[in-house]
Amino acid sequence: MTFREYLKQNIVYLDGGMGTLLQAQGLQAGERPEGWNLSRPEVITAVHAAYYDAGSHVVCTNTFGANRLKFSADELEQVVAAAVANAKAARERSTAPQEKFVALDIGPTGKLLKPLGDLDFEQAVETFAATVRLGVKYGVDLILIETMNDSYETKAALLAAKENSDLPVIVTNAYGEDGKLMTGATPAAMVALLEGMGADAVGANCSLGPRQLYGVAEELLATASVPVVLKPNAGLPRVADGETVFDVAPADFAEQVATLAQRGLRVMGGCCGTTPAYIQALCAATAGISPAPLTDKGRTVVSSYTHAVYFGADPLLIGERINPTGKKRFKQALLEQDMDYILAEGVNQQEKGAHVLDVNVGLPDIDEAALLERAVCELQAVTDLPLQIDTADPAAMERALRRYNGKALINSVNGKQESMAAVFPLVKKYGGVVVALTLDESGIPATAEGRVAIARRIVETAATYGIAWKDIVFDTLAMTVSADNTAALATVAALRRIREELGCHTSLGVSNVSFGLPRRDAVNSTFFALALENGLSAAIMNPYSAEMMQTYYAYRALKGLDDNCGDYIAAADTFGATVSAAPTAPIPKGDGLLTELQHAIVKGFKERAAELTAERLIDTPPLDIVNGEIIPALNTVGEGFEKKTVYLPQLLMSAEAAKSAFEVIKARTANHGQAANKGVFVLATVQGDIHDIGKNIVKLLLQNYGFEVVDLGKDVPPEAVVEAVVERHAPLAGLSALMTTTVPAMEQTVRLLKQRAPWCKTVVGGAVLTPAYAAKIGADTYAKDAMETVRYAETVIANQEGNGENYV
Amino acid sequence: MISVKSYLPPPVCRQEIWRYAGGEVTAAEGLLDECLAEIEGRLSYRVCWRETAVHTDGKICRFDGFSVPSASLSAALAGCERAVVFAATLGVELDRLVAKYGRLSPAKAMLLQAIGAERIEALCDTFCAALGGTTRRFSPGYGDLPLSCQRQVFDLLDCSRRIGLSLTDSLLMTPTKSVTAFVGLTDGGIITNPNKCSGCDKADCPFRGDL
Repeated sequence: MTFREYLKQNIVYLDGGMGTLLQAQGLQAGERPEGWNLSRPEVITAVHAAYYDAGSHVVCTNTFGANRLKFSADELEQVVAAAVANAKAARERSTAPQEKFVALDIGPTGKLLKPLGDLDFEQAVETFAATVRLGVKYGVDLILIETMNDSYETKAALLAAKENSDLPVIVTNAYGEDGKLMTGATPAAMVALLEGMGADAVGANCSLGPRQLYGVAEELLATASVPVVLKPNAGLPRVADGETVFDVAPADFAEQVATLAQRGLRVMGGCCGTTPAYIQALCAATAGISPAPLTDKGRTVVSSYTHAVYFGADPLLIGERINPTGKKRFKQALLEQDMDYILAEGVNQQEKGAHVLDVNVGLPDIDEAALLERAVCELQAVTDLPLQIDTADPAAMERALRRYNGKALINSVNGKQESMAAVFPLVKKYGGVVVALTLDESGIPATAEGRVAIARRIVETAATYGIAWKDIVFDTLAMTVSADNTAALATVAALRRIREELGCHTSLGVSNVSFGLPRRDAVNSTFFALALENGLSAAIMNPYSAEMMQTYYAYRALKGLDDNCGDYIAAADTFGATVSAAPTAPIPKGDGLLTELQHAIVKGFKERAAELTAERLIDTPPLDIVNGEIIPALNTVGEGFEKKTVYLPQLLMSAEAAKSAFEVIKARTANHGQAANKGVFVLATVQGDIHDIGKNIVKLLLQNYGFEVVDLGKDVPPEAVVEAVVERHAPLAGLSALMTTTVPAMEQTVRLLKQRAPWCKTVVGGAVLTPAYAAKIGADTYAKDAMETVRYAETVIANQEGNGENYV
Repeated sequence: MISVKSYLPPPVCRQEIWRYAGGEVTAAEGLLDECLAEIEGRLSYRVCWRETAVHTDGKICRFDGFSVPSASLSAALAGCERAVVFAATLGVELDRLVAKYGRLSPAKAMLLQAIGAERIEALCDTFCAALGGTTRRFSPGYGDLPLSCQRQVFDLLDCSRRIGLSLTDSLLMTPTKSVTAFVGLTDGGIITNPNKCSGCDKADCPFRGDL
């Protein structure tokens, strides 16, 4: 019988701890247990055999840390081959009657993935893939991915397993006392991610004893449609008489796990501190329990790296602002690869109450696949909301889905064969909930009947790809009511029928309905209410629209979805006409020395600076505001900083206020051609270094002083810096390094720049650098802080202009 | 045996935060309040450690199962028979906030960074205080103790699995607001920790405290 077949019908017993037993036999602290597969095979085989004898259906190979980060390719092959052979030898030796399987054990790499750490996602996938391929080669029955404490690394491991084998995969995560992974994911979020990608069973292992994992187990049982796994520790370790002992005895352990088996737990074993005695006790304690039938929970769910978001009676708001359609400033940001602008749109929509963010960066003449992938990764560094990946290009969709940390919402597929053939394989492979538009080769049916018929066909076709109805959300297409006064009714009728007849959830881009009408928000928000009452589950909408938000909160209050109308009351303050944010302290009017705008900048009042700039723009040319007010104000603060009368926090607050003023000007000039710029400054934190606060401060000030900053981010390889400098023929490059260990990378970057971009001046900075050190590694100058960098950059540009060169 | 413990947040010292931020207490109190409110409930305060015998001969420090060539560490642990090797971290959330505001508000990012420095030091102080008398903390990278000794510390303490702390190829710790250190146990006797900067020879350090 295959493992998959066995799992369907039965309770499955895994094995218990390995490390604890090896330590008892002399494994030293810091020694690699995997090495014992080769040096002490008889010990490993005996441990496996003892677990089979105790009743385990599955033993896990001694390969927890067997990966390419810790072993060479040859060593790894030897280790995995020996490990599988040891487990198979144990299976031969054991006379126990139950079905016996060998699982390839895969533990975490021990490294954090980017952006938090330095391990690239694809490198993680390849690291796991190497181990998976060997497990397949040497003939394991299944793969067990365990003790993962980060959702992204878990995804990398599962993806590697799926791309390199057809074996069943069990995935268990290590949850902390707070019931979450170290990087923040809840059990529900992990279930969404892992089921979406096709894990055969999901669960928890290690960290805590069975009782402390009850909360986690309950959440897994409540959300998972696949079998739930639990492999807890034997409680907590303590030292008694010089020996490490665990505080939960076999009988207690078995009883505690058995309680969960009665509630539906299907796969169980032990982790640290457990021994064959624990498994034996567990088998005995659960012998009379019949396996709980597996039921599809039928929930439509997306997730981020922290939490799951469910479609249901409580409507979801999908923020639509990350989209260039009809937005000149956004288009400009995309063309300039100004990610900060895009990220700010994400964070602002979250603050307004969006539950999911739509991400669309499609423009003619840009590499959408690369930009969408980048936008998704960078957004996931600033917001924990699930994302809706919005593109018509399947290549872009795949790159974004692959890198997305969680189970994404995908926008969109439609009833055309070509669309389904391109999109469904991606949904199946990477997981996701896909928005399906009710149109096909013949266009958009005018009637609800026609749209429902397409929806049915989409559900049927999806099923042939192995995609369940619950992972499809229908958009019945809001059409312009000013062109056809029955358009809204057809859309709404189709919504209701799809909810009732197919059970699928729904989503609408509501604002199309009002196209061509005045006061569009009034039409949109009423249509929104109408659609909600007819089964709309989610709306793609503008969270900055007061009318839409009012409708949302009012609807929830009226439908009994808002206890004591608490959310409505809390949000009501923001419903009035746009309330201008009052400055936190009174700002003196122009006092002869500084104008009001200058005061706002000097004092660091961001919102006020933006408002005043907007007012000044009514009757003043943008350049006059920049040169006559903003730059002098910045200089006042900058000079104060240089004289040490102004401290860094104040300098930064002023710089941010100036930036918000510039942003208002930029929004205006986006409509009237390009703004002036002094020159291109390429900026990076060097390879191996992940500290970028200093670099970001330099960037902010350079931007304020009119430089176009190409920010390459942190941990940037020398070649990437050179490429950017050459591509833009940049006159200036700034490099930052915080640690002595990363200064060699800085030296290498400077050297490469001198060879391949000799025109470019290099500025270096960072905690461990000194002017002498900067000279030694060949940099043109050392800057002790951001102001010094600005001053140097200005000098370089001035000299070049004097030479008649023009780099802009 | 590796022990693991989570702590409650130690009391906040605003003056220390401003010292790390390179400003004055009165510089931007409102912004600091905003940052402190934002980290509320989001940081973890986790430590994992091992207690070990220590023998020093002035050049090499020998612990249970490993040894480190370092005169500075030998001096720091002189006279102690037992020592504790520990790793402490605030978790990934602070790094996430710093990364977020690094893109949106460098002023906040810098203050959060300073808060992180103050918080991790406070966590180490809390942990060490609970050990009874200890010597001053001594970390890889101090004096002649090479940073590469981080690898041994990480293997010894199983940091990734125990507290979610990992090491980059360039030997930086992630999450970044983390500390690994050795402390000698002084049996509750003399606490040779008058000033944490006194044993450091980086005289031009901008954060050097009064000696």
